[in-house]
Amino acid sequence: MALTGLEIFKLLPKTNCKKCGKPTCLAFAMALAQKRAKLEECPDVSDEAKEKLSAASAPPMRKVIFGTGDHQVQVGQETVCFRHEEKFHNPAVLGVTVSDKLDAEAMKKRIESINSLQFERIGIKIGVRTITIVNDSGSPELFAKAAEAVKEGSDLAIILVTDLPDAMAAAVTKVKDRIPLIGCATPKNAEAMAKIAAENKCPLIAKAESIEALSELTEKISGSGVEDIVLTIDGESVKDKLYNYSRIRVLSLKKGFRPLGYPTISFVTGSDDDQVALGVSCICKYSGIVIVDTIEPYALLPMLTAVMNIFTDPQKPVQVEPKIYSIGEPDENSPVMFTTNFSLTYYTVESDVEASRIPSYILVVDTEGTSVLTAYSGDKLNEKTVADAMKKYGIESMVKHRKLIIPGYVAVMSGKLEEATNWEIMVGPRECSMLPKYLKEVWN
Amino acid sequence: MPLPEITDSFTGSVNRITLGATKENGGTRTNTVTIGGARNVVYGGSFEDASEKPVIAMDVLDTRPRDWPDALVQAYDDVMDSPGDWAKKCVEEFGAELICIKFDGIHPDKDDKDADHAVKVTEEVLKSVGVPLILWGSRNDEKDNQVMPKVSGAAKGEKCLIGTISEINYKSLTAIAMADGHYLISEAPIDINIAKQVNILASDMGFPLERIVTFQATGALGYGIEYAYSIQERQRLAALTGDKMMAMPAICDVGYESWRAKEAKLEDAPGWGSIADRGPMWEATTAVCLLQAGVDIIRMRHPRSVAVVKNFINKVWS
Repeated sequence: MALTGLEIFKLLPKTNCKKCGKPTCLAFAMALAQKRAKLEECPDVSDEAKEKLSAASAPPMRKVIFGTGDHQVQVGQETVCFRHEEKFHNPAVLGVTVSDKLDAEAMKKRIESINSLQFERIGIKIGVRTITIVNDSGSPELFAKAAEAVKEGSDLAIILVTDLPDAMAAAVTKVKDRIPLIGCATPKNAEAMAKIAAENKCPLIAKAESIEALSELTEKISGSGVEDIVLTIDGESVKDKLYNYSRIRVLSLKKGFRPLGYPTISFVTGSDDDQVALGVSCICKYSGIVIVDTIEPYALLPMLTAVMNIFTDPQKPVQVEPKIYSIGEPDENSPVMFTTNFSLTYYTVESDVEASRIPSYILVVDTEGTSVLTAYSGDKLNEKTVADAMKKYGIESMVKHRKLIIPGYVAVMSGKLEEATNWEIMVGPRECSMLPKYLKEVWN
Repeated sequence: MPLPEITDSFTGSVNRITLGATKENGGTRTNTVTIGGARNVVYGGSFEDASEKPVIAMDVLDTRPRDWPDALVQAYDDVMDSPGDWAKKCVEEFGAELICIKFDGIHPDKDDKDADHAVKVTEEVLKSVGVPLILWGSRNDEKDNQVMPKVSGAAKGEKCLIGTISEINYKSLTAIAMADGHYLISEAPIDINIAKQVNILASDMGFPLERIVTFQATGALGYGIEYAYSIQERQRLAALTGDKMMAMPAICDVGYESWRAKEAKLEDAPGWGSIADRGPMWEATTAVCLLQAGVDIIRMRHPRSVAVVKNFINKVWS
């Protein structure tokens, strides 16, 4: 929770000595509140004030990083409960489990399947980002062996899960250079687990059955020097968990309650279909990391898409690159139509053109990410911007005909556009869901 | 360190609405469905603050749809020419809590069916199932204004949910819904101000706000769901802070939107899994995602997605 200038002033020496360069302590306090000065500029500040001020300036939810290189992941540091208030900062990380009970062959296959859970949507790569090794066997040897196999077989960030400190100690030494997230520290084993985390410089998952127990546990863990903590709630119904993750979010962000100011991790189980439903709920409602058992692409793709959608910045319209897109394999006789570069507009048009099964060219005009009507009323979509885009992307050399289909909503620009381009203008439907019918009936 | 109290509870709540009229209330429905009533955001506050259990309305079309993907056709092929049997299948086999008759067939660009047809379909469905109905027009204003008042009359006294009214076309449907004792769906294009405006227009005609359900337009997963998501969250927060013009329960159209997605329709997509699984999960994910933002009725299509979403709702709204 950020302090106001006056609250900071109370903690300063109030000597007005000017050593910081400001005329008074109050002026210095105001500058601190606005982050235009640093506390170190005051030579006489007390240790108590230092501690209070640095605690107050820390973000309400800690950022936790694990994994290395290109596969490093970062969770936490969220600032709001609702995405429209600002945005969600760090996209939820999706992971898949590997049991240490699998034999070498099966494990190798599973690791390969997990590695391949990578997709591309609207030109952006999305995929599983962490692999979670679970100590189902209870054996330190098997857990360590599994950790080695995963290290060998995958570059993804690693999470190690066991309640047994012995097993954790055995496995973590194999993969500590990959900076795994390890867990779980429980009220019973906290001391031993925190020691392993501290020694190996790994972030630690804290697990308890209630948020009261969880906040006591994190105080204990941070007291032993481990600051990077991830929270999980154990042993209750799905409903309890979801409500508790919401409470944790509110307590950390709205109340500045430090012991719960950490990102969360959820472990989702059940049938493949049920994991998707629960996983999506956890993604939306405040789990920074979501671990599933399923390796079905049909289950992962919608979950990853949900992450992508919910974590987009609501202030920035998602745009596609302005250019000519070929749908199917269009030739010199294929229809040409235009739309705007607002991704939602473009992908709706694309999907309906695809549905028509008529190979076509879609010319995307740069309207700074606005939809057809908005762009038209803002004068970002007019005969000039369309004619320029046609010239710039060279549509003339791609088709023999000179016919341009325009969105029904901007039928009024037909005349001017015809003059500007010398192309025949054909007014398409207002709703692009009617495009398949239109293309079939009007174009052919 | 003791846990701080979460003190900021809300003063407002979402309206609670009961759809359907049984014999005692002058209708022929065998059960009613109550929705709304939330006193907090989803998973906010205590269990008691949650809304009534969100319900699933399964779509039944008045004429055989011609553009449905195979996965949907397979589920309904034997009943698609008979809305009554179709509705029965949805209720008895798939557990639909409401039936939404979508009158696509009256659209001039589709089958251009007349009011007699629409009335007949309504009567058939009323007879074949006992759950409350939603009666949803074709989105062609002129045709809807001709046909939907007759549909409303055919279901008079059944306390159906009928729609949609929009900023530019609300008068005739609002008047007839009022006369026939139905509930109204007010539609807006992902714009909270227009949504409010439509509710004000209906209310100015004397239609009670407590009998309106809002439809904010739906975006499918991957196709703008984030806009629908934030609008629903904002609507819920507006209701909770006491805005009477935004205190309505919400309906969303997940079936139609999610089955338009490439991920649900594209046969040949290496690495995405089988088409048979993808479509239903795209629909289920869209539904569950919107449930997190706060919606009360979800229109859906595929039996498998309905099963997944019902299972989820039963776990979290138990």
